[in-house]
Amino acid sequence: MSTPHAATAVEHAEHELGFFRKYIFSLDHKIIGIQYLLTSMAMALIGGVLAMLIRLQLGYPGWRWPELQALMPGGFQNGVMKPDFYLALVTMHGTIMIFFVLTTALSGGFGNFLIPLQIGARDMAFPFMNALSYWLYPPAVVLLLAAFFVTGGAPGTGWTAYPPLSAIPQAAPGSGLGQTLWLLSLVVLILAFLLGGLNYITTVLQLRARGMSMLRLPLTIWAMFITALLMLLSFPVLTAAVIMLLFDRLAGTSFFVPEVVVGGQLLSHAGGNPLLWQHLFWFLGHPEVYVLILPPMGMVSDILAANSRKPIFGYPFMVGSMAAIGILSFLVWGHHMYTSGMHPLVGMAFMTTTLAIAVPSAVKTFNWLATLWRARIRFTPAMLFAIGFVSLFVTGGLTGVFLAQPPVDIQMHDTYFVVAHFHFVMASAAMFGVFAGLYHWFPKMFGRMLHERLGRLHFWLTFVGIYATFFPMHFLGFAGVTRRYYAYQLFERLRDVQPLNTAISIAAFGLGLAQLLFIANFVYSLFWGPRAERNPWRATTLEWQAPSPPPHGNWGAVEPEVHRWAYDYSLPGAPEDFVPQTVPAAAVASPAGGHGGHAERGTGR
Amino acid sequence: MPTSAPASEPRTAAKVAALIFATAAAGVAFTLYARGRWWLPPVASAHGVLIDRLFYSTLWITGGIFVLVHAFLGYLVWRHGARGDERAAHWHEHRRLELTYTLVPAVGLAVMVSMSGVVWSKIHRAAPPDAMVVEVRGEQFAWQFRYPGPDGRFGRTDPKLIDLRRNPWGLDRADPAAADDIVTRDLHLVVDRPVRVRVRARDVIHSFFVPEFRVKQDAVPGMTVETWFTPTKTGVYEIACAELCGVGHYVMRGRVVVEAQDAFAAWLSQQKPALQPAP
Repeated sequence: MSTPHAATAVEHAEHELGFFRKYIFSLDHKIIGIQYLLTSMAMALIGGVLAMLIRLQLGYPGWRWPELQALMPGGFQNGVMKPDFYLALVTMHGTIMIFFVLTTALSGGFGNFLIPLQIGARDMAFPFMNALSYWLYPPAVVLLLAAFFVTGGAPGTGWTAYPPLSAIPQAAPGSGLGQTLWLLSLVVLILAFLLGGLNYITTVLQLRARGMSMLRLPLTIWAMFITALLMLLSFPVLTAAVIMLLFDRLAGTSFFVPEVVVGGQLLSHAGGNPLLWQHLFWFLGHPEVYVLILPPMGMVSDILAANSRKPIFGYPFMVGSMAAIGILSFLVWGHHMYTSGMHPLVGMAFMTTTLAIAVPSAVKTFNWLATLWRARIRFTPAMLFAIGFVSLFVTGGLTGVFLAQPPVDIQMHDTYFVVAHFHFVMASAAMFGVFAGLYHWFPKMFGRMLHERLGRLHFWLTFVGIYATFFPMHFLGFAGVTRRYYAYQLFERLRDVQPLNTAISIAAFGLGLAQLLFIANFVYSLFWGPRAERNPWRATTLEWQAPSPPPHGNWGAVEPEVHRWAYDYSLPGAPEDFVPQTVPAAAVASPAGGHGGHAERGTGR
Repeated sequence: MPTSAPASEPRTAAKVAALIFATAAAGVAFTLYARGRWWLPPVASAHGVLIDRLFYSTLWITGGIFVLVHAFLGYLVWRHGARGDERAAHWHEHRRLELTYTLVPAVGLAVMVSMSGVVWSKIHRAAPPDAMVVEVRGEQFAWQFRYPGPDGRFGRTDPKLIDLRRNPWGLDRADPAAADDIVTRDLHLVVDRPVRVRVRARDVIHSFFVPEFRVKQDAVPGMTVETWFTPTKTGVYEIACAELCGVGHYVMRGRVVVEAQDAFAAWLSQQKPALQPAP
């Protein structure tokens, strides 16, 4: 399958490249993946600092911070944070974390690094397009962050940028040049995602090693493959919507703006429909949630199996449920719009599809639990984060059941209940996926081991920090605390909310500080960590057959050949408690055979 | 070598299991504690009772699953930590078990869909004929209300006619129905009398949210969306804007007064028509 490709790749590996071609403008999928990861980590720092500033305002409204004013003169007045700056923080935090951290780290980072390695390819199908995909990301970052420094500041319309607010420059302070830059940066970043997505799909379909049938793929690859399909089908819709919005702002069109009077002034727009944006935005926006959660689902499945020393439970159901989630994710966008004025019957349809998506999600959860049943668990940091992922996904998934029901959503929509819900199921769970992945594949990426005890401590503080920060937010939502409010003091019924908000802020600061442990561990281990062997976790998948770190071209002279599925852990009769995918069936004297013991179905009962 | 299980593994298993049990316990404890301080405000509308019932059944079901799944996860972690060189079970397929936990949630969710569907259609059935009608309009950053006046009909409006001081609603003088329309800064409603609320916006999207009524309806410029409900308790309530509408979003507070018919009639009779006779 990959023979014509092999020759060029070996050639690549043989002649030495200069530093610049090797590490900066590299065509090697591993370097590109690591570039994506490191840039995402830098963006996570920025997004995290913004979150801390948000919590500072909510926990201590009206307090004076002259030191911060010295750092950010535009954001404060007399030492007190300004409301427009607060909204800019909220908008940029959401945008950065969703598009510039989680999407880029998971798809761009792990997707790039793992796909060729786990399918036994030498590189992506289109290495140049891959490099181009990464190199569109920094310009998008520059465009986005530039919004902070232009007149009017960064946009304050939320990451959802609903028009007319986002369409009319005079409607909000950050709705000027800042909003235009925000829209342009999204166009550039989406282009990067599309190039990446096309590449992933082609690579998985065309470059699998000999013997690597689709049903022998590790679940990580299935997840990345389905994610790439979602990105390819949903992101162009957002691109179109963003360009239409740019036209409304700059060229006087009225796609999303009807006749409105802003500040006493009748605008020249007429005939547009603000709900059209919401439909287009959420047609991307909901698949995007799964773009963030499918890769962690795949990675966590593989990490759970490797550290349970057990095959993943229900592999066919795992693949099927991811496919079902992928398809259903295109049919649920309206659940963001129950109170928007959309026809109630449409709401009923969206409720049905939304609750339907809970079925494959439940199947995955039970399969993870069944994987742990009669396991022999090794509590590596990666495993701890994988177990934490299951907990966060369950908690966040269950609160989704409230929001899926339109009558309950009337009360919860746009309150802190929603903020709590998505920070569990998509933000924290996806972040736990990233951490689990980093702890697990760091040895393969950099050839060194992360510090294990620091990693465990990082898990404990992060897990407790996340529950302490986001769990209480559910109750703010019950109490009717609306989101995206600069302060709550004006509302009599919300007087009692402040102590809880202050407590949440303290928890959030602790959570933020705990992440410094990870950065310290990462930097220290990068240079001084113990050298990693080929297969430190004794895992079955192909990437662990390559050297740590693998050379350009991954496999040296001989490409791997696959003889079994990805989960032959604790195979009875095998000399060790794992059998790599490259070991031929004849090499293992097993009554169960190559594809891993269908014969002993039910032995766990 | 990190490969074979270190001796501390059983102790770690116990600690991680304790963390997961503690998570479930803390979740339950905090929920009980929050009941007294941060909870649904007491319901003050007829359909709100149905929403609350749905809310509580969902809370019981999801709360139960939250506790059970965490208890089971904690048990698995505690029970199945690595022990020396002992091997795990090579067990990865059980069609009947998998079908069970596919179909049981599916049936449960189907029941939930129908329960919610019933409530949703009750909320959205046609308003009773004796319902009063009022218009709510959001603007940066305030709420205004319009009553149709003695003729019971709203006059035509046009954004082109809006004049912030003399004609903030853009009422059309050419329409006789507009002459007696009343525009107010507070919303007054009659207790136990259904009210149809026509929600509109002047500039950007807002959302009309009164938590006690369990009512939230986006106010979208260019559209008039109608919702109806029956307030059941007299008192003064706060309206919040629930859709980000700009820098003053957090100050966009309105007032609803729910009162007896007599008090309402007395208040309404004091209000003057919005359009003063042309000079």
